[in-house]
Amino acid sequence: MRTCSILLALLTMQLTFSLSPALAIDSIEPQSLSAQPLYVQSLAATCANCHGTDGHAMNGATVPGLAGRNADELVTQMKAFRSGERNATIMHQIAKGFSDAQTRQLAEYFAAQKR
Amino acid sequence: MDRRSFLQASAALTLGVSSLNASAMGGAKVVVIGGGYGGATAAKYIRLFSKQRIEVTLVEPEQSFVSCPLSNLVVGGSRTLADLSRPYSSLTKHHGITHARDTAVAVDPVARTVKLAGGNVLSYDKLVMSPGIDMNFASIEGLPAAQQQGKILQAWKAGPETNALRKQLESMPDGGVYALTIPEAPFRCPPGPYERACQVAFYFKQHKPKSKVLVFDANQDVVSKPALFKKAWADRYPGIVEYHNQHKTVAVAAAEGLIKFDVHDAAKADVINALPAMRANKIATQTGLANMADGRWCGVNYQTFESTAAKDIFVIGDAIQVAQLMPKSGHMANNHAKVVAAAIVAQLSGIEPNPQPMLTNTCYSFIDDRNVVHVASVHEYLANERTYKVVPGAGGLSAEASELEGSYANNWARTIWADMLE
Repeated sequence: MRTCSILLALLTMQLTFSLSPALAIDSIEPQSLSAQPLYVQSLAATCANCHGTDGHAMNGATVPGLAGRNADELVTQMKAFRSGERNATIMHQIAKGFSDAQTRQLAEYFAAQKR
Repeated sequence: MDRRSFLQASAALTLGVSSLNASAMGGAKVVVIGGGYGGATAAKYIRLFSKQRIEVTLVEPEQSFVSCPLSNLVVGGSRTLADLSRPYSSLTKHHGITHARDTAVAVDPVARTVKLAGGNVLSYDKLVMSPGIDMNFASIEGLPAAQQQGKILQAWKAGPETNALRKQLESMPDGGVYALTIPEAPFRCPPGPYERACQVAFYFKQHKPKSKVLVFDANQDVVSKPALFKKAWADRYPGIVEYHNQHKTVAVAAAEGLIKFDVHDAAKADVINALPAMRANKIATQTGLANMADGRWCGVNYQTFESTAAKDIFVIGDAIQVAQLMPKSGHMANNHAKVVAAAIVAQLSGIEPNPQPMLTNTCYSFIDDRNVVHVASVHEYLANERTYKVVPGAGGLSAEASELEGSYANNWARTIWADMLE
């Protein structure tokens, strides 16, 4: 819920800034800031097919949930899939599709979700 | 300013003005046509991404979703359609989506309205079409009549035909022949026909071991996972599955069980399962959206999935002109839906749609009732090329069929159904 309300707040910002330019903070581009959480949320949605909506796995799932996991641990696991250090049937192939920056964004997004 | 303190500051900044956001998006109306993998997901995720600020109506005649993925297992006998069905009511209960149990019969892109078969007219600010495909029965001589009489089935949309095909196989004597004909790609579910050949062979091997599965493929080779499917046929179903490439079916005669090809000699079968050429569903074609490939598929701006033929109409799923190496699959439609949901929420909030959307795809195929193979890919939108390309080095195939992947395939199905409906 916390992330959702932040997302909503950020979505509001572009409008806020356009109506009240005095509120703008130096060196922050309002549009990119308000958009970014939505972009990350939709990026995270590409994981939901197997790991559940917002990383909430089904009861008895054979694939682990991601919600509320430690962000650094998630990044470490993704790197281990990519390097082949961690064996997989499919996740090593998917993990290679995401950049370091995207992986960090995903990890922080899921870490912020309630378990 | 680090990310956390920025987030706190920005949240604090906007506390007093959240009503502005509500008025920007609030009350906006989105209509979604089609409750398959694409449409149901789009409906749910527009509600999620907009924090329930956008009103969503899903136009879908059925009470329950029935999955095409896994429906070959119904043909093979290890699942029932009930196993693959989930009610749409959870979209209303959990997400406040209006389910219009009706069929869209006309769209007016200028007035921005959708007319339903029952007579109601829905107005929209944005329209998502996830209409699926139509079969071009007339592309095979004799098929329209045989189809209407229920003698030659497709069973390419999970439902009554899936059960009817199963019954045809059950009624066939041991020593009989089942023939599956495959049109030129692209068609819905690239690995689907080859998985079906495995499932019918799985049934024959147990109950009618003298019977044969003949696969007549208009394509040069097996379109998806060729090595894995051929290995399955050779190792598990020797003497049962016969694969014939470059056999384009041009005519069928149900009474004689005859299949005619463009070049090769005709073949005979007791059960003919003819898949004709496919194209975008009628509601999309009659709205003028099928502007690619001689009117077969709908062109979209891949960054947002907005139609290249009509403003404020978005097309996702099997009906679109696909980008390179993008399969017409349920998983892919689910991922299209998330891009379109974010794009619509962005547009209605006055912000730029994501400049770099991503898509993933996983197609699991059952080669018997437990062992599974997959193909996976990750697709990134390249702004300078205005299309998706697979991320180099990502994606791939199973090393071999396994029960472990079978457990993942079952997990995938359960999870994606919840991801779209619950």
